[in-house]
Amino acid sequence: MAEQKKVRIIVERQDGPKEKPYNQEFEIDYRPGLNIVAALMEIQKNPVTVDGKKVPPVTWECNCLEKVCGACMMVINGKARQACCTLVDTLKQPIHLQPARTFPVIRDLLIDRSVMFESLKRIHGWVEVDGTWEVKDAPIQNPYTAQTAYEISHCMTCGCCLEACPNVGPQSDFIGPAPTVQAYLFNLHPLGKFDAPKRLNALMEKGGITSCGNSQNCVEACPKNIKLTTYLAQLNRDVNKQALKNIFNH
Amino acid sequence: MAKKPENKIIVVGGGLSGLMATLKICEGGGKVDLFSYCPVKRSHSLCAQGGINACMDTKGEHDSIYEHFDDTVYGGDFLADQLAVKGMVEAAPKLIKMFDRMGVPFTRTAEGVLDLRNFGGQKNKRTVFAGSTTGQQLLYALDEQVRRWEVKGGVKKYEFWEFIKIIKNKEGICRGIVAQNMNSNEIVSFPADVVILATGGPGQVYGRCTASTICNGSAVSAVYQQGAELGNPEFLQIHPTAIPGSDKNRLMSEACRGEGGRVWVYRKNPQTGEKERWYFLEDMYPAYGNLVPRDVASRAIYKVVVHMGLGMHNPNRVYLDLSHIPADYLERKLGGILEMYSDFMGQDPRKVPMEIFPSIHYSMGGIWVDREHHTNIPGLLASGECDYQYHGANRLGANSLLSATYSGTISGPESLRLARSGKLGSALTAEELEAARQECVAEFDKIRNMNGTENAHKLHHELGDIMYKYVSIERDNNGLKECVKELKEILKRWDNIGVTDHGTWANQEAMFVRQLRNMIIYAMAITQSALQRDESRGAHAKIVLKSDYDKMDDQLKEALTKKYGKFHFDAETGRGTTDDGNDDLVFFERNDKKFMRTTIVTFDQEKEEPVVSYREFEHSLIKPRLRNYAVAKKE
Repeated sequence: MAEQKKVRIIVERQDGPKEKPYNQEFEIDYRPGLNIVAALMEIQKNPVTVDGKKVPPVTWECNCLEKVCGACMMVINGKARQACCTLVDTLKQPIHLQPARTFPVIRDLLIDRSVMFESLKRIHGWVEVDGTWEVKDAPIQNPYTAQTAYEISHCMTCGCCLEACPNVGPQSDFIGPAPTVQAYLFNLHPLGKFDAPKRLNALMEKGGITSCGNSQNCVEACPKNIKLTTYLAQLNRDVNKQALKNIFNH
Repeated sequence: MAKKPENKIIVVGGGLSGLMATLKICEGGGKVDLFSYCPVKRSHSLCAQGGINACMDTKGEHDSIYEHFDDTVYGGDFLADQLAVKGMVEAAPKLIKMFDRMGVPFTRTAEGVLDLRNFGGQKNKRTVFAGSTTGQQLLYALDEQVRRWEVKGGVKKYEFWEFIKIIKNKEGICRGIVAQNMNSNEIVSFPADVVILATGGPGQVYGRCTASTICNGSAVSAVYQQGAELGNPEFLQIHPTAIPGSDKNRLMSEACRGEGGRVWVYRKNPQTGEKERWYFLEDMYPAYGNLVPRDVASRAIYKVVVHMGLGMHNPNRVYLDLSHIPADYLERKLGGILEMYSDFMGQDPRKVPMEIFPSIHYSMGGIWVDREHHTNIPGLLASGECDYQYHGANRLGANSLLSATYSGTISGPESLRLARSGKLGSALTAEELEAARQECVAEFDKIRNMNGTENAHKLHHELGDIMYKYVSIERDNNGLKECVKELKEILKRWDNIGVTDHGTWANQEAMFVRQLRNMIIYAMAITQSALQRDESRGAHAKIVLKSDYDKMDDQLKEALTKKYGKFHFDAETGRGTTDDGNDDLVFFERNDKKFMRTTIVTFDQEKEEPVVSYREFEHSLIKPRLRNYAVAKKE
């Protein structure tokens, strides 16, 4: 019988927000199609390190395991991505798992991304409808514009682009590519565009679009292939136009 | 003038139903404390792919609301409350317009109106969609509107908080909950006027399923153990087309078949003996073909693979084929999920057929509610997948996003009405709140100090294996009896779990152990109700054993002979098997006289066992008729 192939995984662990990180190495059985979440689940079933030490199972966040919820983002072999759709077969071993340190670490690979949801408030990330009750027929929309909206609306607030962006971090107030580009989404909608000036003005403020250094890392990192840099550039133009309007209308 | 007292509603769960209820409560002037395992934007509703049903009639097919009504009731094998269904299908087109105004990027026609696609169990194009990520787009729209209310002060979110149990006042009315912060592990009591549970389905009871890891039914099981009645828990939907995986079975939307996908296996042609592709759904069900409802398709795949041994390549797979459809069309209509298939399977479904197999997907059953979504516990409402309403014995594809949203539009306003009715009894005292909290603290402390030999995650895996073995596509009473026994054993073994993490900071292991016990107890309710329902209806298909047959009256026996011809009972399994050379299994017929009733399950506190009874429901609008998808529907 062929020997069971093994997978070696080194997890950067941290017991709490203020504790020091440390590494632990695990070994699990290989099987075809194995992804990182499935590998972490195997560790849960037998949380023993390669040194034979029984340890608390690794803490991380995951929900859908289909690359739509955005929960399981972590740094895998140095790159921020979704753990659920990262297959072991595509990775060099030993596999290094680290938390995305752009965000505060809660424990092990579990991080606090609430700042991203807060930023969505700042950019006025919604369509100002009168209410959920029946008002009238919704307006007809250009199917091509709707297609663009559909692409941007895939953003699952995972934070890969923030982790990859050199301008997001303690040195800057930049809210990051994902929440910024959401402003573009709402400005596309026939009712949403009524509040476009509000969103553009919000992006003129500190941490807004002027903090983007155009490093282009975000578009590479986006697991949903959203053309982030294209929309950032469009927004930049829109913000400048709005700034001129602000001057001449006063 | 004195300020009116503020009405506080607790909503547990931030999927479509919870968010919809939250919006309605805010619009009605109430305040919401919204609890969720995760940021609500990551709730499981976003896994819905194919679309949402509503009679928009924009394809020149003369679709009607009545037709949607009839398809839903017929598809549910006449076990759904018909007045509730009627309300839902009538509201559907209005809800679509609401979503459209909120900015959901629905797929549109050249003229800019909402496109529609075909879905299972419906002959007309009635499914509105946003590519193949409709759930994600609908959830985001409501998430955005709730965020707006959060800014306005109507909503306070408690994300990463786990619901533990409800708190009743001395009149027995639910007036609050105990919940735990999943990071700090702090346990807190929260008082409210009314509580709405919108906590989704129990897929994780089966381990590997299409549900998210958070869909464990733990909250439902907790309130069931506190006296809430369950309705129809034996009806679990098995989705015919999922990608089997060791961590989860990933859904391959019914939209694949709605857009022209075909299901097939290789076989030897019975006449010529040559190897050919057998499009067995088209062959068995000429009228609906690949678009038969999910229970029918799953049984057919199971039969072809397990009983006829025609699954190929991998033993338990059939092909779902899109490769004959132009790639640019597929990209526009199904892009998201095709990408998912490539990501996980490493093959391009635009070029090669996908390999799929049925998987546990959705629970038609859940907490029993009336048409206003009250449970039998006053002050506690339930909506969304966690309730039992709207789908009867089988849910039609694309009706779940609809029922989730619609039920929120009912439970939300109804909770406010109740809050203002003056019928809430006394508010919880500080002592009552503290006592409930203390109980949960003691339980958690006990769990995190468990020192046995069982690993909770392994035990969960075993639970899933047992449930798949005995309570899935085909059930029989011997298996179900065995399952009851084995579940009792699993529950006993739960006491012998050992945890490695004894801490109180983000202790996911201890929280999982608590959920696991709830899952086992819910599994017992599913199994017991399946055991007692001696008929086949929708997703519940039961094989006739010799011992069952001997107990039948002549009328039931004759019905079987009429349908199956001559049959015998297999010496080894005792299962009824036809004599016509096909060795087809003999199933119970639907028995309206005895079982056109809602299963009600209550929890016996002392024995820790489910108690099953039956309740009449409203089915006066459409007369029951036999379900047969081989021919076009007759009304």
